[in-house]
Amino acid sequence: MTSALKAYAVRLLPQAAALAVILVMVSLAFPGFFRLEMQNGRLYGSLVDILNRGAPVALLAIGMTVVIATKGIDLSVGAVMAICGAVAAACITSGHGLATTLLITLATGILCGLWNGILVAVLDIQPIIATLVLMVAGRGIAQLVTEGAILTFNDPGLIFIGSGALLGLPMPVVIWLAFGIAVALLVRRTALGMLIEALGVNRRAATLSGVSTGVLLIAAYMLSGLCAAIAGIIAAADIRGADANNAGLWLELDAILAVVVGGTSLLGGRFSIAASLIGALIIQSINTGILLSGFPPEFNLIIKAAIIVMILIIQSPRAQSAFAFLSRPRAEDGKTEQEAK
Amino acid sequence: MNQRYLPLAATIAIFLIAYAVCIAQYPNMLSTRVMGNLLTDNAFLGIAAVGMTFVILSGGIDLSIGAVIAFTGVFLAVLLQSTAIHPLAAFVLALVITTAFGALMGAIIHHLEMPPFIVTLAGMFLARGMAFVLTIDSIPIRHPFYATLKSLYYTLPGGGRITLIGGLMLLVFAAGILVAHRTRFGANVYALGGGAATAQLMGVPTGRTTILIYALSGFLAGLSGIVFSLYTSAGYSLATVGVELDAIAAVVIGGTLLTGGSGFVAGTLVGILIQGLIQTYITFDGSLSSWWTKILIGALLFAFILLQKGLIQFTGRRRRHA
Repeated sequence: MTSALKAYAVRLLPQAAALAVILVMVSLAFPGFFRLEMQNGRLYGSLVDILNRGAPVALLAIGMTVVIATKGIDLSVGAVMAICGAVAAACITSGHGLATTLLITLATGILCGLWNGILVAVLDIQPIIATLVLMVAGRGIAQLVTEGAILTFNDPGLIFIGSGALLGLPMPVVIWLAFGIAVALLVRRTALGMLIEALGVNRRAATLSGVSTGVLLIAAYMLSGLCAAIAGIIAAADIRGADANNAGLWLELDAILAVVVGGTSLLGGRFSIAASLIGALIIQSINTGILLSGFPPEFNLIIKAAIIVMILIIQSPRAQSAFAFLSRPRAEDGKTEQEAK
Repeated sequence: MNQRYLPLAATIAIFLIAYAVCIAQYPNMLSTRVMGNLLTDNAFLGIAAVGMTFVILSGGIDLSIGAVIAFTGVFLAVLLQSTAIHPLAAFVLALVITTAFGALMGAIIHHLEMPPFIVTLAGMFLARGMAFVLTIDSIPIRHPFYATLKSLYYTLPGGGRITLIGGLMLLVFAAGILVAHRTRFGANVYALGGGAATAQLMGVPTGRTTILIYALSGFLAGLSGIVFSLYTSAGYSLATVGVELDAIAAVVIGGTLLTGGSGFVAGTLVGILIQGLIQTYITFDGSLSSWWTKILIGALLFAFILLQKGLIQFTGRRRRHA
């Protein structure tokens, strides 16, 4: 058990170190960065803010990790967020209770995932195109639900999900932490994680060895849809309205980045949900840090691009093999195939 | 008929049928004016989509083009506003920058063996960020040379106009078709898309080809940026967000396989025209909301993917029987 724990710590080390470096850099530019305050039984501070603002990307990253581990990709999550936010707002304003609204919304997300999953697993379409369909059409569907307007609501229950607090932490933080731990336990305490990795490395081999790859693939996309639904509810509850045009816009890219920064290969196989969550926090720390440290916001994207390129170059197969000369050889890096192109 | 041409034929058939349906409902749509506008309004998208076609044919993807178009527009606007440089010199400068930018992304993709998706995503952030750094305002371009360029057009019988930018798009498509099918570089692109390892064994210079492909895409995105600045007479760093998706959709609707190695540049033109037609129809109708464009394009994408899937399975089965 301790050796397993140690292996886990080694796996997370690069991401945790990168996060620490970024946090220290921000705190140098903005002295009050690490200060936490308790007010009305709730924590306040820049760190809590990062956890809170990072909630949608962190949630999307959970589902995205599993999908990418199957050698897939889900481009539709941003659009699914918009659809689910719209559905939640439409349900609650038309007089349904909170429980019904949440159920319908989560079911909508799962349904979107089912659609993607069937395209990928049954019709055998390349994931990047299969999910592109919903990415393009999704925002149109969301606008159809909201009829082009921003649907606002003032149901206290739904708003609580976006801005309430539980155990001193903002509700979105509690949700993504709990959901992340639940999914991580589900895949690592059962054989599920291993089966997903087998499917990602070689689908045909996994099928031949008796893994029901079709069901597993569809389940992965459904999980991603569910994550997008939760993220969509949080995003809508946060602004007390559903904005079909802007909710979750470009978050699919942030989520994919979070997974890649977290060290999960886009070629499928080995994955770590915890590392992806740290990746999501890295991205949010960069965003928040640039704002706090007083750089003009125009530089935001350039700095983000530079940091990401640096992290990616360090992780690239070429750099890895260069490192291999310096450190002891690692058995897990078998991914220098030509497919990388 | 050759199996290869089936997706292209299907795309053209769908365009003709859709156009016929439109004309049946709104007879006014059968005019050279509508045709001319279709070309002018989609010129920047079409030019960028030619570059995207080459990238996708090689099995890659380029997410940066929307940001590069915006950057070019802002770059031109700022340059023309703050210096006395002639627009033509500014055009050359912009094209050099965007081509070098594309080549750099290609070099990173090849030499660091990183997935094009992630590299061009970082490129998208970088290009959009550079545009923000130049200015966050929308800057008008009031150079007399722009007015001259905009006044150039060829009048078709029936009053339609092929404007400079519409004509330029057609020229770029013609050049793209020639390069894809009549040059060694074009053959290399198809080979690379068919399988990188195979291409290398056949003696295709994969590194040079990859860099050239992304440089070409950068060049055409820059050209598209120039066209867009002519079209809008302004530079704005938040313009053309998501154009890369429209371009990818046009390429797929045009019958090119996203896995690479199979497709036609000409198909992309038809893909662009189909997207433009949907928008024109919605404008003519007046009561349909703009979101139907997105849903229809999504549905079309789906239909074409299914069609290609069916074709591949059909031909695969036939080959096995033969």
